[in-house]
Amino acid sequence: MTKEFAYYPGCASCSTGLAYEMSTRYLVKAIGLKFRRIPDWNCCGASSAHLVNRDLSLALPARSLAISEETFPGLDVVAPCAACFGRLNHAQHYVRKSAENRAHIESLIDREYRADANVLSLLQVIVQNEDIKEALEAKLTKSLHGLKVACYYGCMLIRPVEEVNFDDAENPQSMDEVMRLVGADTVDWAFKTECCGASLQVTEPAAGKTMVEKILHNAYINGAEAIVTACPLCQLNLDMREREVNRLVGTNYDIPVFYFTELVSLCLGAKPTDVGIDKHYVAAVSRSARALEEPAAEPDVAPDDETEKVVTS
Amino acid sequence: MSRTGVFVCHCGTNIAATVDVDKVAEAAKDFPGVVFVEQNKYMCSEPGQQAVKQAIEEHGLDRIVIASCSPRMHELTFRKMLTDTSVNPYMLEIANIREQCSWVHKDKGEGTDKAIDLARMAAAKVDRNTPLYTSEIPLTKRALVIGAGIAGIQAALDIADAGYPVTLVEKEPSIGGRMIMLDKTFPTMDCSACICSPKMNEAGAHPNIELRTVSEVEEVTGYIGNFTVTIRQKAKYIDYDKCTGCGLCEVKCPSKVTSEFDRGLTQRRAVYKPFPQAVPSKPVIDATNCRKFTEDRCGVCQKICTVDAIDFEEQDKLVKQEFGAVVVATGYDLIDWGKLYGEYGGGAYPDVIDALTFERLVNASGPTEGHIVRPSDGKEPKSCVMIKCVGSRDPHKGKAYCSRACCMYGAKHAHQFLEKIEGSECYVFYMDVRTPGKGYDEFYMKTLEDGATYIRGRVAKIYPENGHYVCVGEDTLSGKIVKVNADLVVLDTAMVPQESAGEIGRLFGVSRDQDGWLNEAHPKLRPVETNTAGVYLAGTAQGPKDIPDSVAQASAAASKVIGLFNHKALESNPMISFVNEVNCRGCGDCVGVCPYGAITLETVERRENSVKVMRDIANINSGLCQGCGACTSACYSSALDLKGFTNEQILQEVDALCL
Repeated sequence: MTKEFAYYPGCASCSTGLAYEMSTRYLVKAIGLKFRRIPDWNCCGASSAHLVNRDLSLALPARSLAISEETFPGLDVVAPCAACFGRLNHAQHYVRKSAENRAHIESLIDREYRADANVLSLLQVIVQNEDIKEALEAKLTKSLHGLKVACYYGCMLIRPVEEVNFDDAENPQSMDEVMRLVGADTVDWAFKTECCGASLQVTEPAAGKTMVEKILHNAYINGAEAIVTACPLCQLNLDMREREVNRLVGTNYDIPVFYFTELVSLCLGAKPTDVGIDKHYVAAVSRSARALEEPAAEPDVAPDDETEKVVTS
Repeated sequence: MSRTGVFVCHCGTNIAATVDVDKVAEAAKDFPGVVFVEQNKYMCSEPGQQAVKQAIEEHGLDRIVIASCSPRMHELTFRKMLTDTSVNPYMLEIANIREQCSWVHKDKGEGTDKAIDLARMAAAKVDRNTPLYTSEIPLTKRALVIGAGIAGIQAALDIADAGYPVTLVEKEPSIGGRMIMLDKTFPTMDCSACICSPKMNEAGAHPNIELRTVSEVEEVTGYIGNFTVTIRQKAKYIDYDKCTGCGLCEVKCPSKVTSEFDRGLTQRRAVYKPFPQAVPSKPVIDATNCRKFTEDRCGVCQKICTVDAIDFEEQDKLVKQEFGAVVVATGYDLIDWGKLYGEYGGGAYPDVIDALTFERLVNASGPTEGHIVRPSDGKEPKSCVMIKCVGSRDPHKGKAYCSRACCMYGAKHAHQFLEKIEGSECYVFYMDVRTPGKGYDEFYMKTLEDGATYIRGRVAKIYPENGHYVCVGEDTLSGKIVKVNADLVVLDTAMVPQESAGEIGRLFGVSRDQDGWLNEAHPKLRPVETNTAGVYLAGTAQGPKDIPDSVAQASAAASKVIGLFNHKALESNPMISFVNEVNCRGCGDCVGVCPYGAITLETVERRENSVKVMRDIANINSGLCQGCGACTSACYSSALDLKGFTNEQILQEVDALCL
């Protein structure tokens, strides 16, 4: 199977997205993939760079990609963070578009960059490779026993459609597919691709909180017991700001927000502390442990039951 | 010796801007055979034509060259003009110095040189022209109308009323098309069935109209005045000569199928009439859902029928008929919006419906007897959001064009919603409001008075919440995002051509535009004719439009057909193939080459060297030959030649250009 990939960690993996890095590492090791960290990689620029200077926003990711091309010729690049994936993918598309573009970038980064390798998100790597999916299935030891999850894709995993060309832009199913694989019950909800506010949480907190509240609300009314993400900023915004939103709006949401890699790792045998679930803001350790237990014989609650669902820790 | 007159046209600045007309006229004076040259601003105009006539008389001209626009534009005009003179209409050559010269070049020097060359070639050719005479070909005075919606019905009635027989072909079990699905029609709020049914009944009963439902056109050969069409009369499995339309079979049928006519709101049976007012008022059996065909069981309808009209053994029938003219009125469909607009639920939300489905809801003879209810729970909606331009005016995801009828029917629906449901609210999201007809804007204004709230902006997303739908849109006039809670959402979706129109176009040689609409011959001046003589268009097959325009176009198409049929016979094209018997060796290769089947090999008796011999000679049918010239190139012996484009004429042109 396609085992080896060049690995772009991204800045969040070393800081606020530590749990994503830990759970990704666990998952990769468990399945038997080889992720090779790109040496001397630099920040991709995320949203800050492209707001400030176009050349900078292209050069920053291109540099890391060029280094990868030199160090790991022939390996595709995987970037777990959705924003890093978006920026790296965009730079690679830019260079592939024309010889002039390529010359322009090469002059900025002072390196050769052919843009041979593809740039993939972690979700793409798992979903688009049948053999990786099979290897994952083979190593599963636990199940989530029908835990109701709302898969949240955010902005950068699927868009822009022409560049990413992966999954449906209005109702994507790839993360849902992975979650169903590990025994979760994915809910149908309408805010899968609505923006979490990204860096607005810092620069325009009032606007940002409203965006988080809308997502939490829609997941809640559609019966979700947990939200699952594939981006460190999405996870951070929904998790860290949940209590703040409650205070501001007067709600009492208590929905844990996971990385899909955390939940998959749990089903591969990890303990919650192995994969950073103890670092969450909204307490998630005991709930995730409970989800792995065999359920007691109990009648199923229909998904469109109108009774208020309050999930307690 | 030829006495050729050369006339060079300015065509205003169309030619004169890129071609130095003075220079061309000057050069023409030296062409062999030319005795007279003149220029004119507009050759095709009355003074232009008069100038030619006058020159013919004054200078004894016997052949004419006109250097002007494409012969497709005015060759016919000038030939008609020549019928008034002593010059045979076929002693005329046109040098196209517009479409093939001034319009495709920028450099005046180059353009002028080319125009002089083209005129020289035409003069050389006309030197070898011989007078040609048309003959008559017979004309079948029977019309074929394909599609029996309001346009097809109107065209058929007009032609039938003029005294000519019509065959009206319809692929559905009943005629009436889309119009019979509607409840009320704008701007008068006439009940659609009330105005459509009388026409349907008239068409069904007219002595000059032969109705063929559940039928499709399968094959076509021939040309204007003489089309041979094979129609597949699909099996209905019910003998209409016996069936009384009592409806007992329908009541007893155990198979339930989603009703196409009711847009999925109800179910019908496998033996069914699509709606009570169907014409013909008799049912058909849907073999794909009938248990007798799928499982070889049941057959209850046959047992129950009191007149023994059900026949499960019936086969499709292929009927071959001759027609002189065809009217294509295949109508429209709605765009598959579910595939394109995931943000509106992609078709998965039961209370987000298209406008035709709303028509069935609000229709007094529809599945809910005219009560507007939510398809999901049957409850009466208190608030409605209507979204216009879903798929229309959307080059990014849908169609670039405007679907023309939606602004008016959107206002109509808003009016009906507010009128039928006490205390209700209706919000209409729009980009523009287009009300170009008589009484149309007044109708829209009245809808605003009724209390409809029009919001200028698009809806970005519709999602379900707490039993209703949230429509998130933009109010561009106030610059704010708006969220409207709706119990029911109606999407005004783009009109697209019926899928069957593609095959019909292919069969009759009618081209379609990039959106699939059948092409008219000229968008401004020939809106009902096509580029295939004898084939006409009516209704939405040609493009989105409302009922008044469809009916007007249908009557226009009918008038063309009637005008054609009023001729005793058709004038044949004299520029056809002819055989030089002496050279023909009877090999018969030309017979297979002719795409129109116009050549046969005849055995004739001749005298050679005082001896009687039998010889095989090619024979051209002047009625079928279209003058394509394929046989003339295939003939090894150069026995075949084309009148009006003889080998000699063409070689003269080549010599004039190259020597």
